[in-house]
Amino acid sequence: MTAPLLEMRGICKSFGGVGALREVNFQVLPGEVHGLVGENGAGKSTLMNIASGVLKADRGEILWEGRPAGDLTPRRAQQMGIAFVHQELALAPQLSAGENIFLGRRPSRPGPLGWVRWEEIHRRAGELLEQLGRPIDPRRPAGELSVGEQQLVEIARALAFQARLVIMDEPTAALSEREAGRLFEVIARLKQRGVSVIYITHRLKEIYQTAERVTVLRDGRRVASAPVAEMPPEELVRHMVGRAAPEQFPPAAARPRQAEELLRVEGFSARGRFQDVTFSLRRGEILGLAGLVGAGRTELLEALFGAAPHEAGRLWIQGRPVRIRSPRDAIRHGMALIPDDRKSKGLIPGAPVIWNIVLASERGLRIRGDHERRRSERMAAELRLRAPGLEEPVNRLSGGNQQKVVLARWLLAEASIFLLDEPTRGIDVGAKAEIYELIRGLAARGAGVILVSSELEEVLGLADRVLVMHRGRIAGELDRAQAGEEAVMRLATGGLP
Amino acid sequence: MSGGLWSRTAAQALRRFGPLLALVLMCAALSLLSEHFLSLDNLLNVFRQSAVNALLALGQLVVIITAGIDLSVGSILGLCCVLAALALKAGAPSALGIALALGAGAGLGAVNGLLYTKLRLPHPFIPTLGMMNVARGLALVITGGFPISELPAGFRYWGAGALWGIPAPVAVVVGFCLIFHLLLTRTTPGRDLYAIGGNRQAALLCGVPVDGRLILAYTLSGLTAGAGAVVLAGRMNSGFPLAGAGAELDSIAAVIIGGASFFGGVGTVLGTLVGALIMGVLRNGLNLMNVSAYWQTVVIGAVIVAAVWVDVVRQRAAGGR
Repeated sequence: MTAPLLEMRGICKSFGGVGALREVNFQVLPGEVHGLVGENGAGKSTLMNIASGVLKADRGEILWEGRPAGDLTPRRAQQMGIAFVHQELALAPQLSAGENIFLGRRPSRPGPLGWVRWEEIHRRAGELLEQLGRPIDPRRPAGELSVGEQQLVEIARALAFQARLVIMDEPTAALSEREAGRLFEVIARLKQRGVSVIYITHRLKEIYQTAERVTVLRDGRRVASAPVAEMPPEELVRHMVGRAAPEQFPPAAARPRQAEELLRVEGFSARGRFQDVTFSLRRGEILGLAGLVGAGRTELLEALFGAAPHEAGRLWIQGRPVRIRSPRDAIRHGMALIPDDRKSKGLIPGAPVIWNIVLASERGLRIRGDHERRRSERMAAELRLRAPGLEEPVNRLSGGNQQKVVLARWLLAEASIFLLDEPTRGIDVGAKAEIYELIRGLAARGAGVILVSSELEEVLGLADRVLVMHRGRIAGELDRAQAGEEAVMRLATGGLP
Repeated sequence: MSGGLWSRTAAQALRRFGPLLALVLMCAALSLLSEHFLSLDNLLNVFRQSAVNALLALGQLVVIITAGIDLSVGSILGLCCVLAALALKAGAPSALGIALALGAGAGLGAVNGLLYTKLRLPHPFIPTLGMMNVARGLALVITGGFPISELPAGFRYWGAGALWGIPAPVAVVVGFCLIFHLLLTRTTPGRDLYAIGGNRQAALLCGVPVDGRLILAYTLSGLTAGAGAVVLAGRMNSGFPLAGAGAELDSIAAVIIGGASFFGGVGTVLGTLVGALIMGVLRNGLNLMNVSAYWQTVVIGAVIVAAVWVDVVRQRAAGGR
């Protein structure tokens, strides 16, 4: 057996008396792709922050190529060859792709002025991007690149630093399936060059697509570490949640074929974002909206909700024509938007849980403290919200519970049309099942739900009907019986049905 | 677990009462250093001298809670002084002079808010910087640069008079503090201001009338500048066009020393009042100790940075993972 590139032994770390990592052992071999999985809060990020020198372990030892790494700082970790591609990409949007790649170590002429050698930056950046199999013009500003391309720039940066271990934190979270496929090719190329990859993800399928070995963390302990070939998916999930895999998708209620029409959209268009979108939504129905990232789904939901402008199109709610010019209009007509990014659009992170719950429904002049507390407590109990207290800032809650707060807000506002945009993004396996149940519950109460998700299984598992978008247009409609992964992907990628 | 909970409560208490604690310690130290400090006369003096800054800081607080800033309050104060003085000189009754100062202040503040929201300017720095110059310029144009002195007694009362031994400016400050406290803690518009400062996009998507609330915030800021004008012109017995020059920075300092966050979503009336008093006590104490006004400015600058630094350290300690 080859000596590990990185070995972490008996790592312990606690925050304010709460143990985050307990006696964790972790090894990465040279040139391997190593999957790291676990629910949110299992300690994955903490472990990787220790490996990259951002945090210090309370106890334990780190070996790099068999030698003690000593006191790791981010700078030293980088010099050793460890690169961290964070979930939130850290590029300077106004600088060119090439300049981003060489940020902090620009090739420059000797002398006090240090004239920058632009030709060299762009030539070498171009070469690196070429090696990764995706020619991107290194002169383009990073902000103009797609998320997938930006990620590539970060990986190229790692290569420019001669990284021998690249840590990727949920790299596909914001990618379409096609871009994810390209990323896997890039990972394969990294492997060929002998670079090791630690791959953190919530999507277990990807472990089987890319990784050779996988390590599972649960509650700060390493509960399993094995070659992927010896770890069937059911076992992996059992290790993660500590029990048998939950029934992922609750069964659908009776089909609402003849129910009342809640929402009808005709000819909705906004130049460059979506074109001529027409569909209807019935009471009790879950309508899946599938498509690749950039197909216009988020843009469509935001326009329906009045948060983004549209140029043409008409809207009927319960048979009556309505005009929606702002989120306030939408809310007045019983609509609710659960946005794709909780942190930037869904929550007031520093404000107490209660404020976040009542924000859309308490609109009188006076704040009625008892009243809003009673209503919040009722919702918290109903959604089985796990929070240290309703007065605590909402950002202390886990991702799943934060999403419950957003749902509670709209249940309290008595919304009847729910626009859900990536409702389980960044939520761990156990909590996902709960959110699925809640979504079904919405439909069972007689609400209409439009569900956008990049995880196709989710759309297929929950939706009664699936609309597929491709480049801003509805490419086709599939009902539950017809909708399979292949049929959806054919439409989503512009192929003939 | 209980240890963690305790330290969190302690951290919260520190954020809440930290500025107050600092004020008490400062007063204790000063009463040891100077025998004149702890006299009723001197303390009333401190309150009186802090009144204008406290009023401006209240408006500034409301704006800073929304993650904004108002650079125009000093100039608005100057223009309101001049307008009120002119009206009084033309024979208007005192009540009308006061109403004019308050109304003009609120109106100019509303213009700030309208410019910011309706023209979609990128940051409130821009419209309020513009207003800072426009209002000051107008005050100078109207007066030709000369002060307008000798105001009627009914007007001067609000700057120099007293009510049962309490200086009128102090009563004005207390009144405004009560109203602003109730607004921020007991009403939906008040809470909306915190929501906007905490996450403007999320507030918008929850149906908060963001533009309207921002206009309200800048209007209130203008209103307190108008109130400051009444107090200042009354005390000086004059409306002078350069009144309040630089006062916007003092008001920002009071708000920040009082524990509000520049990033929005955090801040209290009590903290801001204490922030203004800390600045007043500091100036007064340094005066009593015969420290030159030039050095006082140096000390105030250091205190501003230190106050925010303490807050940063505290947050880092409480932040954990």
